[in-house]
Amino acid sequence: MDKKIKISVKDLNLYFGSFQALKHITMDIPEHEVTALIGPSGCGKSTFVKTLNRMNDLVDGVKITGEVNYNGINLLDRNTDVVALRKEIGMVFQKPNPFPKSIYDNIAYGPRVHGIHDKKRLDEIVERSLKHAALWDEVSDRLHESALRLSGGQQQRLCIARLLAVGPDVLLMDEPCSALDPIATAKIEDLIWELKQEYTIIIVTHNMQQAARVSQSTAFFLLGEMIEYSPTVDLFERPKDSRTEDYVTGKFG
Amino acid sequence: MDRRKRNEMIAYGLLWASGVSALVILIWVLAYIFVGGIPVISWQFLTTWPAGWGHTGGGIYPTIIATIQVTIISLLIAAPLSIGGAIYLTEYTKESLLRKVIRQGAEILAGIPSIILGLFGFLFFVIALKEYTGGWSILSGGLTLAFMILPISLRVSEEALKTVPLELREGGLGLGASKWQMIRTLVVPTALPGIITGIILGMGRAIGETAAILLTVGGAINIATSLQDPARPMTLNLYDVLTEYRDTTAAYGTAVILVIAILVITFVTDMLMNRYTRNLKGL
Repeated sequence: MDKKIKISVKDLNLYFGSFQALKHITMDIPEHEVTALIGPSGCGKSTFVKTLNRMNDLVDGVKITGEVNYNGINLLDRNTDVVALRKEIGMVFQKPNPFPKSIYDNIAYGPRVHGIHDKKRLDEIVERSLKHAALWDEVSDRLHESALRLSGGQQQRLCIARLLAVGPDVLLMDEPCSALDPIATAKIEDLIWELKQEYTIIIVTHNMQQAARVSQSTAFFLLGEMIEYSPTVDLFERPKDSRTEDYVTGKFG
Repeated sequence: MDRRKRNEMIAYGLLWASGVSALVILIWVLAYIFVGGIPVISWQFLTTWPAGWGHTGGGIYPTIIATIQVTIISLLIAAPLSIGGAIYLTEYTKESLLRKVIRQGAEILAGIPSIILGLFGFLFFVIALKEYTGGWSILSGGLTLAFMILPISLRVSEEALKTVPLELREGGLGLGASKWQMIRTLVVPTALPGIITGIILGMGRAIGETAAILLTVGGAINIATSLQDPARPMTLNLYDVLTEYRDTTAAYGTAVILVIAILVITFVTDMLMNRYTRNLKGL
């Protein structure tokens, strides 16, 4: 099987001060697939994902070693244009964080920040992104209302649409459904399934059933280490490591 | 009656009286001023010049202009400095020694008695920089007042910026905004109600300031046509008219105008900020 690799992580270590949060992570993330990261709380999966778009830069006292290769460059390099990187690798957070602006202005924010001001183009981008995120039908008649009036599930789809509007390559999703009800969750999972055709998606999730439903490959993290990384079906049905087995069978969680 | 119950009622009574006393004092002071001052107010009073012996008769028109001029000058200097300073402190520095020192310094500056700042203004702006400020002038007054407004506005703006949630900033940066873009388009607009409140608080202080004005603006009864001209703001006029000539009419009138100005500013700001905050919350 010849999979094209989108992101190649080599011996990644991350320290918060003296605490080592990520230990020798090495993994290749394939293109146009959904890769799920599972593991108990505090095991480092969110930290790992935030490293991929350099959001850990926002935290004081972080030290990172190793390589994360993307499009031929090591994005951990000091000289990497982080602003441009985040246009390519975008992130959706656990709690939807719409800006206190209109729905339209939320989606148009990214393109505007990157220099697009032509109204027709923006209109086009807004419509396209909202359709792509399966939200257009619900909001097309009230684009100028505040985004804060949307329901939780709609807000999260808005955040995804907002991301799609800047035309990224990779979507990082940090427990995107944990604040949503089951119906909204199902809608987002359907969306993820659709989106993987065009994007590469990495999703952190607490919910093993979700990982089983949406991903092609799954990585199990524990205490900062990546214990096992295999095609999803294999990881759940024939885990190689006993710790993985204990986790997926619910012995601890 | 049970002794404990009686003590309970006495305690409650005393506490109630203390609580109400603030309101009572406010009403008492306002009543005094309004009862003495409202009869004095007339269109004429507001638009004509002082006249008569000791300039205590006539109107207070030039003093109104002077107050407005000095306030505007002080805001033009203090507002950008306090907003810029607040943005620098919250967005570009970590919680470090420098930040603590700056904050403490601002707090100390806020506590310096206004007469001392007035003295500084006199020695520095009026005397030492006479060539540039024109000596006694609205510019000297404006600069000195700016020093007074700065610590308050800085502190309030800083607090307003700090309350902007991290998720908002993460959202902006996550979409590829640069730090300054994120600050300019997301953080500052969200913190704006708080920032403007800080500026308004400063403005209130500027309008009501007397000691510093006394020592820097000069007191000449005229309308300043350049930054270097002296003038007589309302507070100075009130002080002068009362102490030199013991005339209470113009004093009452000026006091009423000042109080009304502060009340109007407070209400309008409250209303604007309520509306803005509701917009932010999507209501």
